[in-house]
Amino acid sequence: MPWSRIKPDTNEPDFSNDVLLDNKAGRRIAYAEALNEALFQALSLDPRVFVMGQGVDDPSGMFGATRGLHLKFGADRVFDTPLAETALSGVAVGAALGGMRPVYFHNRPDFLLLAMDQLVNHAAKWHYMFGGAACVPLVFWACVGRGWGSAAQHSQALQGLFMHVPGLKLIMPATCFDAKGLMLSAIADKNPVLIIDHRMNFKQRGLVPEEPYTVPIGKGVIRRKGRDVTVVAISHLVAEAYAAAQELAEEGIEAEIIDPRTLRPLDEELILESVARTGRLVVTDTGWKTGGVTAEIGAMVAEKGFASLKAPIVRVCNPDLPTPSGYTLERAYYIGKDDIKAGIVKAVRGS
Amino acid sequence: MPLTTKARLQLFRTMLRIRRVQERIESEYMKDEMKTPVHLYIGQEAIASGVCSSLRDDDAINSNHRSHGHYLAKGGDLNAMMAELFCKSTGCSRGYGGSMHLVDVAHGNMGTSAIVGGGIPIATGQGLAFQMQKLDRVSAVFFGDGAADEGTLYESVNFAMLKQLPVVYVMENNGWAVCSPTATRHCGDNVFHKGAGDRLFTAKIDGNDPELVFDTAEKAVAHARSGQGPAFIECVTYRILGHAGCLQQDPKGYRDPAEIELWRERCPVCTYQRKLLELGVLSHSLLTELEAVISAEIDAAFEFARTSPLPTADVLHNHLFCE
Ligand SMILES: Cc1ncc(C[n+]2csc(CCOP(=O)(O)OP(=O)(O)O)c2C)c(N)n1
Repeated sequence: MPWSRIKPDTNEPDFSNDVLLDNKAGRRIAYAEALNEALFQALSLDPRVFVMGQGVDDPSGMFGATRGLHLKFGADRVFDTPLAETALSGVAVGAALGGMRPVYFHNRPDFLLLAMDQLVNHAAKWHYMFGGAACVPLVFWACVGRGWGSAAQHSQALQGLFMHVPGLKLIMPATCFDAKGLMLSAIADKNPVLIIDHRMNFKQRGLVPEEPYTVPIGKGVIRRKGRDVTVVAISHLVAEAYAAAQELAEEGIEAEIIDPRTLRPLDEELILESVARTGRLVVTDTGWKTGGVTAEIGAMVAEKGFASLKAPIVRVCNPDLPTPSGYTLERAYYIGKDDIKAGIVKAVRGS
Repeated sequence: MPLTTKARLQLFRTMLRIRRVQERIESEYMKDEMKTPVHLYIGQEAIASGVCSSLRDDDAINSNHRSHGHYLAKGGDLNAMMAELFCKSTGCSRGYGGSMHLVDVAHGNMGTSAIVGGGIPIATGQGLAFQMQKLDRVSAVFFGDGAADEGTLYESVNFAMLKQLPVVYVMENNGWAVCSPTATRHCGDNVFHKGAGDRLFTAKIDGNDPELVFDTAEKAVAHARSGQGPAFIECVTYRILGHAGCLQQDPKGYRDPAEIELWRERCPVCTYQRKLLELGVLSHSLLTELEAVISAEIDAAFEFARTSPLPTADVLHNHLFCE
């Protein structure tokens, strides 16, 4: 696939390994393999778990994440769905109410817009609206597309929309370790959880323990320590921000990189504590700027950590435009390491 | 097979009780104690009563904004329903849901959606869950002709047919969606009545005839329970009152008073009462007794609702997530 040329397969940066389980060695595996292993283990451990979605039993298996699961667990527990995202999302809600643990793969967030009614009007409200009488334990998964000419309807990073909704948990992993651990946590959770992944993440290989483990939802992690500026980076931009920070270290700027891992609930404490030390904040996200994730995180810090701030908050996001298709326009559209570097310099030096 | 006397009386009692509860809500609504939009079920009682009589306690139902009848027919507690309408913490949804969001987990009513067409796929998913767990439970869902405009119905029934799910779809065609008549929104008879053959049990029936509803629902439920797949029943009926609120809140001019009169004469409760009296199944003394018992129960439920505590601000943040 031409996609493969967008970014070469790489090893994850050597983030400090304190997030790895104590004394449990990880193997270096691909991101898709980590997800696949999580699903395999969840299906093995809990008979209530099942996986549905368009193409989950394709030979390509959702970029590899669901590959082969139907062969092991059968078509009853891993099945393709009609192209009916609205109703099938409701089917997932109903199955959860009926005692199952559905995991619904939606391929692209763009298609989640057809599932919005069930996710927002139903799943997210069901527990509250009935005073706690019923729970909806389900996982929705979608992967932001980015590749050659994917264009405006196959590349949207819509986390900002979903972060707005009370009652939904929203996860955006950045490492292979977290992809597995957060998937297992999401499946074990008694609430609706949306995992938004990114095609760029699928180009990574990282250290992942073989046994099942969970990563707590709502807990962020510091990927790199630094005294000068806090950089909150989302999803695959964690690796980009890390690379930017490594380069800036040579210029004497030490950036601290925070990977929130979960956008809702957000680990506010971790971010505020870091900003209290550095006095500066850069927020970078794969989504749009206006009314989005960077707006929310920036506002949260302005509201709760204003006294620590020594400089205006800097936001680095994709421009407020649909994604163009042509590669020259696409190149101009997407942000990466260099944009984050410029953002950090601006936060630290003021220009 | 004709129904037993006991079954007939039970059916009648359920209908009468729903009717009297709706009437009491209607007559007291202007007092403004029930601060929640009510969608009354007067004229449609035969449908909830007939269908729920064919279900077991552990079967599931799902419904819509007009759900008082479904909730009561499935066995929901009247006190908890009235308390919910009075926004009290003793309500079935603890005052978080209101009239459009009733719930009764003990009787398989996992909560009602007021997004038109929203409950249909959820009921389908419950059917999927029962099938996957190899339970012989059935999931039934009530929805209006307005919901039959929505794509969720077609997506859901297709999926249920594909997987042969134990789901019974009950369309209550009451002629109106707010102020829009069915005829201006539907191009003709529902497509499910045509050519679904052996993959879908279908019927279009008089929804004001409780025994016909019961009989059809029994067949549909047996079909679904035995693994033969879903059923679609269209019940033709009429919404006697306005879309929401009490009689005097119904705007004038959108429907012909003669049409309402015609359907008032076809009242399912009065018609069935007359029939049972003629058949000698019901006696006047039994009827008087039934009315008295129901009336006392309603008095008690209103009293319970009135005297129950209101939820206080300190619980506002509770129940967002299931712990
Ligand atoms: C998706 C959606 N659209 C519109 C509404 C507003 N609305 C509430 S009830 C209703 C009419 C529904 O008609 P029908 O399904 O026939 O049920 P009825 O009220 O006749 O019982 C409408 C349009 C809504 N709640 N949800």
